[in-house]
Amino acid sequence: MRRTVFPNKVLPWVLLAPQLAITLIFFYWPAAQAFRQSVLREDPFGLSSKYVGLENFRKVFADPAYLNAMQVTVVFSLLVAFFALGIALFLAVQVEKLVRGKGFYRTMMIWPYAVAPAIAGMLWLFMFNPSFGTLAYPLRLMGIDWNPLLNGDQAMALVVAAATWKQISYNFLFFVAGLQAIPRSLLEAAAIDGANRRHAFWTIVFPLLAPTTFFLLVVNTVYALFDTFGIIHAVTSGGPGKSTETLVYKVYNDGFVNLIMGSSAAQSVILMVIVIALTAFQFRFIEKRVHYG
Amino acid sequence: MAHILLKDLRKSYAGQEVIHGITMDIPNGEFVVIVGPSGCGKSTLLRMVAGLEGISAGTIEIDGRVVNDLEPRQRDIAMVFQNYALYPHMSVRENMAYGLKIAKMPKAEIDAAVTRAAKMLELEPYLDRKPRALSGGQRQRVAMGRALVRTPSAFLLDEPLSNLDAKLRVQMRMQIKDMHLNTGQTTLYVTHDQVEAMTLADRLIVMNKGIADQIATPHEVYETPATEFVAGFIGSPAMNIFTVTAEAGMAVLPGGHRLPLPGLAAHGKVRLGLRPEDLEIVDASTAAIPVVLRSIEWLGADAFGYGMIDGSDALVTLRLAGSTGAKRGDRVHVAPKEGRLHLFSAESGKRM
Repeated sequence: MRRTVFPNKVLPWVLLAPQLAITLIFFYWPAAQAFRQSVLREDPFGLSSKYVGLENFRKVFADPAYLNAMQVTVVFSLLVAFFALGIALFLAVQVEKLVRGKGFYRTMMIWPYAVAPAIAGMLWLFMFNPSFGTLAYPLRLMGIDWNPLLNGDQAMALVVAAATWKQISYNFLFFVAGLQAIPRSLLEAAAIDGANRRHAFWTIVFPLLAPTTFFLLVVNTVYALFDTFGIIHAVTSGGPGKSTETLVYKVYNDGFVNLIMGSSAAQSVILMVIVIALTAFQFRFIEKRVHYG
Repeated sequence: MAHILLKDLRKSYAGQEVIHGITMDIPNGEFVVIVGPSGCGKSTLLRMVAGLEGISAGTIEIDGRVVNDLEPRQRDIAMVFQNYALYPHMSVRENMAYGLKIAKMPKAEIDAAVTRAAKMLELEPYLDRKPRALSGGQRQRVAMGRALVRTPSAFLLDEPLSNLDAKLRVQMRMQIKDMHLNTGQTTLYVTHDQVEAMTLADRLIVMNKGIADQIATPHEVYETPATEFVAGFIGSPAMNIFTVTAEAGMAVLPGGHRLPLPGLAAHGKVRLGLRPEDLEIVDASTAAIPVVLRSIEWLGADAFGYGMIDGSDALVTLRLAGSTGAKRGDRVHVAPKEGRLHLFSAESGKRM
């Protein structure tokens, strides 16, 4: 590792300060607050709180609704990560093949990323709401009993679709960059070695994209776990029943709607541990199989 | 083993023709070198044979089969790329076995073929390494090995030695020559290096701006260059070429010197070429060209003298013996050796 020595002792800290301040105020401070609150119980009026040890955690793990949220989150995250990565890779490969209009397609593909999660949620709601959805009507005409307000699986499909749609742009951008970094001559060598396009993709392109794919897997997991709150809030509010209530949504629901502060804080601590563990796992075990050029 | 036939091969990009009709018959087992300066279309020509570039007009036949519309994999060729194009995520062994696996060769045979090639190229200790853990020369050999194991009917090499240092280049050049003698495969080799071209080729294609100026043996190309471009490109140091006025039996050189050339007919302006090694220092006489030396490069066995024809700014290069006493500033007289001059048309550049 190269050590960089700055002649000025103060300037580096000044330059780092805004970033550090944001991280401290918006991440470490709330995280510390969550830890503190997770071992306290607050009275209904928020006037006093007392130390209860791990009581909140015990309660959370004994709550069937929490275990349900855990299951919903696993299903939701896996589906979103899988489809967002898969579809984005497919689109990136198809756009790379174009001779004309590459730039145009790339630009168009990036647009959904600029849409705020809640707006994206509303967009999908307007399309698929059973009573006024533009696309719900043709679905029913096709004989599908479309009603995500009553059918939990359909609701799940809807939020997965909305969350995926929004993340595809981001993944697409990285896959395009990753594809461009693969030297053309490798594919030519493969063509001469007798590989058809499909074989060359799976034996050359896909393995060489692994660093990009791995990075996106980490980012997409975190996205599905945290950043999809807005979409779920706008489209289903966790319903029908609790069939689309993810861990993050339950943290919000218990804390800000039901005002069970201790439980909500305990849940957010658990969620934090899950994400840290998951990311550590990905780096420890999956990254080993990644070849960096 | 392949017999390759190029018929009036042309290539255009967006209406701009870059290869202007190349016709060549390459018999089975011949080593053909495509040589020319950068941008002359030599790599494009090779890539057209490989199937990596489309063909705008004309045909390529391999063993009597027109391959214009065949994919590279259907042409039964192997290619070595300038940057080697090794698969970075595969070991040396996997790199070499890649094509064989696709061809569904049984595993035992693949192992045997890879081992044989690795032995031949002295790569055995590196079979399980990834390309990035290899030196430039080793990578180059892996690229050769990958082409060799497939025993294709033709071998295409695109400037395979240009990324190596000078010493390694000489070594690999000899190895490639040996390999060709051993396997007897039809080989097309692209280079801009005239030493590689002259030493490796059975026949050369000297390309200039998308035209094959001359297709001939290295000896013929050197002795009787077909165009002024070929004359200037092949040979080191480059041939001296002057614009002279041809009169009957006499050429008027720059500076007004009259060089007797028996048998020369009156042509007006022509281009006269004289190789440095064909100019000898002689005693002053009317048949000699006076040259004022501007610098001497002493290389040991040889020395190169650079000067100008006295009274003009026409540059002349001389090849002198290492024992020469000539110094900077000397005025010497040189005369061309008997029958060693080249005349080119001033308009077309073609040999006269």
